[in-house]
Amino acid sequence: MDKLIISPAPHIHGGDSVSKNMTGVIIALVPALLVGLYFFGLGALVVTLTAVASCIFFEYLIQKFMLKGSSTVMDGSAALTGLLLALNLPSNIPVWMVVIGSLVAIGIGKMSFGGLGNNPFNPALIGRVFLLISFPVEMTTWPRPVPFSAAYLDAETAPTTLAMIKGHFGEIPSTLDLFIGNMGGSLGEISAVAILIGLVYLLVKKIITWHIPVSILATVFIFTGILNLVNPELYASPVVHLFSGGLMLGAVFMATDYVTSPMNPRGMLVYGIGIGIITVVIRTFGAYPEGVSFAILIMNAFTPLINTYIKPKRFGERVKI
Amino acid sequence: MKTFRIGGIHPKENKFSAGKQIQVAELPKQVVIPLSHYIGTPSEAVVKKGDVVKVGQLIGKANGFISANVHSSVSGKVNKIDVQLDATGYKRPAVYIDVEGDEWLETIDRSTEIKRECNLSKEEIVRKIQDAGIVGLGGATFPTHVKLSPPPGKKANILIINAVECESYLTCDHQLMLEKGEEILVGTTILMKALEVNRAVIGIESNKKDAIVHLQQLAKNFKGIEVEALKVRYPQGGEKQLIDAVVRRQVPSGRIPIEVGAVVQNVGTTYAVYEAVQKNKPMIERVMTITGKTAPNPGNYLVRLGTYLSSVVDQAGGVPEGTGKIVGGGPMMGRSLMNLNVPMAKGSSGVVFIKEEESIRKPVKNCIRCAKCVTVCPMGLEPFLLMNQSERNMWAEMEDNRTMDCIECGSCSYTCPSNRPLLDYIRFGKTTVGGIIRNRTAKK
Amino acid sequence: MNLIVIALLTLGIIGAVSAIILYFVAKKFHVYEDPRIDEVEAALPAANCGGCGFPGCRGFANACVKADTLDGLFCPVGGNDTMQKVAGILGKTAVTAVPTVAVVRCGGTCDHRPRMNEYDGVKHCFIAHNLYSGETGCSWGCLGLGDCEVSCEFDAIKVNPVTKLPEVDEDKCTSCGACVKACPKLLIELRKKGPKSRRIYVSCRNEDKGHIAKKSCDVSCISCSKCEKVCPHEAITITNNLAFIHDDKCKLCRKCVEVCPTNAIVELNFPPRKVKEESMTPKEEQLVG
Repeated sequence: MDKLIISPAPHIHGGDSVSKNMTGVIIALVPALLVGLYFFGLGALVVTLTAVASCIFFEYLIQKFMLKGSSTVMDGSAALTGLLLALNLPSNIPVWMVVIGSLVAIGIGKMSFGGLGNNPFNPALIGRVFLLISFPVEMTTWPRPVPFSAAYLDAETAPTTLAMIKGHFGEIPSTLDLFIGNMGGSLGEISAVAILIGLVYLLVKKIITWHIPVSILATVFIFTGILNLVNPELYASPVVHLFSGGLMLGAVFMATDYVTSPMNPRGMLVYGIGIGIITVVIRTFGAYPEGVSFAILIMNAFTPLINTYIKPKRFGERVKI
Repeated sequence: MKTFRIGGIHPKENKFSAGKQIQVAELPKQVVIPLSHYIGTPSEAVVKKGDVVKVGQLIGKANGFISANVHSSVSGKVNKIDVQLDATGYKRPAVYIDVEGDEWLETIDRSTEIKRECNLSKEEIVRKIQDAGIVGLGGATFPTHVKLSPPPGKKANILIINAVECESYLTCDHQLMLEKGEEILVGTTILMKALEVNRAVIGIESNKKDAIVHLQQLAKNFKGIEVEALKVRYPQGGEKQLIDAVVRRQVPSGRIPIEVGAVVQNVGTTYAVYEAVQKNKPMIERVMTITGKTAPNPGNYLVRLGTYLSSVVDQAGGVPEGTGKIVGGGPMMGRSLMNLNVPMAKGSSGVVFIKEEESIRKPVKNCIRCAKCVTVCPMGLEPFLLMNQSERNMWAEMEDNRTMDCIECGSCSYTCPSNRPLLDYIRFGKTTVGGIIRNRTAKK
Repeated sequence: MNLIVIALLTLGIIGAVSAIILYFVAKKFHVYEDPRIDEVEAALPAANCGGCGFPGCRGFANACVKADTLDGLFCPVGGNDTMQKVAGILGKTAVTAVPTVAVVRCGGTCDHRPRMNEYDGVKHCFIAHNLYSGETGCSWGCLGLGDCEVSCEFDAIKVNPVTKLPEVDEDKCTSCGACVKACPKLLIELRKKGPKSRRIYVSCRNEDKGHIAKKSCDVSCISCSKCEKVCPHEAITITNNLAFIHDDKCKLCRKCVEVCPTNAIVELNFPPRKVKEESMTPKEEQLVG
């Protein structure tokens, strides 16, 4: 080296990178994915592979022919979007719908705003909500969990716990079943324990902070707890609410998406409480049995506002002289 | 274990030169003693070409209150008073002295015997420190006598000795504590006397266990001095962070530490104070670390001021093969040097060689808004926002978002997964906003 | 049917009431503005560059209307024609200013100034300037990171990727002064455009002593004062080891260009000389051509 390099301080870097964070989240999703594969078998595998592959493919195409920037396909964010989308879908959904969902997630949800870092809404949720509104029947018929099932489109269907609560029918599964995921639902959302393992991994690796998941879960627990105390006949217990539907998956993996969540601890708490309240309101008073996706998207829209008005705790803020 | 409460990072420590005895560097053939300081006005030269000077003789007189005396670090003949390129490549006034022998002023006590008693009054101590040209040796080189003269109406009630050395690689303070522990404690009592406080805390990060044990043993014989082990965390050596860590008081925005009753002094400065007050020895030499992953012989050296860094580096085995960057100071806040033909100044705490593959910055990607910079910022700022505003020249907004609070520790740039040059832009904004504020106050 | 009538009536009444409220509010809060401000603004080039020293063209128009005379008010972009129009609208007399153009006073291309280190920070002159003196041995010269290019609203100044020096397109340059403010090394100067765009200037800002300057750059001004002696019009002065040609005294005789030993004095847009063709440096050919 004949010439020395001159640059402003600092001269060392921690070695963190975008792809490391994305890979970390994907690793944290593995337990939830495994539970999905166990209970839904072939269908889960097909849906997951299709979503991941088509998300990467669409990102590559758009990057190459429309944005013409440097390639970001390999940083893992497209694969993560695909995986999250798959985990939010029922495992008996036709492949072509998955492809459409991926196109909407990547094309409209992410790349139309300029790629990673610029999207105001969580791309995977955009894809999911698009499918939910366009194909309500397919998106709300969930297969019954059968270990290592080889069924795909022809899988036997079962209602979700939340649909049972909403329609006041059927027998709500035991808390243990809710916890390990032995119930109907989207392929990645059923097992609370698998998602909690993922949460621990994310926290240990310092990929996310505790603020968002804890504030969402605590808000839902307290709010549904109050409702349950008021009228236990009408409103389900907070434990059932916590472990059913997409709440766990949403709170741990969807709401904590870097790009669309607030950027300081105080803002994160406000955001989490907002998601919790909207979720419970939709679940108990709205037309849909489940509202986590909508709640996250609505609070995504408030994120810039939260960032503008809620500032982090400054050094020396409380001291008065 | 205590630490500061907001933000912070933990870079890999890489203290290769820890435990290496302080070696006295060879006397150079010529020294170039800079008359300017990092902060404050340059000193005025009081010698002229051809003058014969002795070690410790005054050659530059302080020019104003925030300025410090400069003394000759060698004996010999003044070659010229000219400009010298400093580490930034700009020219600064300096005195060139050709070394002849090693003759010290008679007033300087060169014995190694420890002198514990100090019967001087507060004013006499501050005067002696001022005369000896002592400045903060942590890097900012702020004149020590200024810190010991609080503004009227303000009174310190605790003295904190900064022995944190939170920068990775550097070990000069660590080694100084091991070898000159008792002198440092005597220096601390002198500073306590000058400030009229009866409590002093020496803050040391817990990765220097031997120094903590050593000083704790010695401190038993000194009244009012405690040794506090602190959790390893960067930037604990920042003045405001250290006060928060040790006494749980946060200095508010735009204020100085004395307003919460604390004064912070670097451990190297404390040793220099001991030498100045007890041994009449002005600030003419300091310990510096020569290190790096590839450094052939990392170590701590006692170097006379004005010695070319190249000469010290040669004694430590030269510049290793494959060095991409040479940093003067620690890797987080130091300056990258253009070459080693730079004279050693009062604030030079070390030279770090960085390997070629580690010295080139990685390509910048989009901000993914992961908020890691906000989490690590020790001042509770939003680096991502400040950088965006700086890029768009939004100075008023930057001021509202308290850019002037930034201590330029570099934690944000260090953490950013997208390799964004956050601190570069914040520093740019800070300079501009600082100028705007100065203009505004000047108009009023 | 009834429903439609009710709807129409409600909307109609709301509309009418709003209109009345708006009318009175507009009356109440009406701010009188001199109509000539609009006229003057229409005559201005609408570049909003701030070169006149006012925030945008409307600010300048406002100042023109309020001022008693047009002394000191000049739109560098529009030039004399625009100022005549403005003067016509306001019934005042405009000062005629000599057209100027930006020149970059640094000739240190990559060939002339070897790179001694490599800058790896943000590509931003101001940031690099605050950090250190620059990639070459000359601490006065151009950093080549293009703050001037970014500041130019008219696409008139561009950093040449080969020489790493900015070049001014004089047809596009409006001499608004944005680049002058942007350059942290203070290299850019607004000079008289000169007859047929012919000008002579010292393309160096190095205030070091001659031998130091020469060491860091081949085409630096070494303050030999040959040009000062040869100049018949006393247009050249040397201060701080640096020659400067005063464009108000220079008669473009080109004598200084011939004597300069380091080719630091640059002549632009002159016809080629009859003799001494071979003495031209590649840089001059490039600038002339």
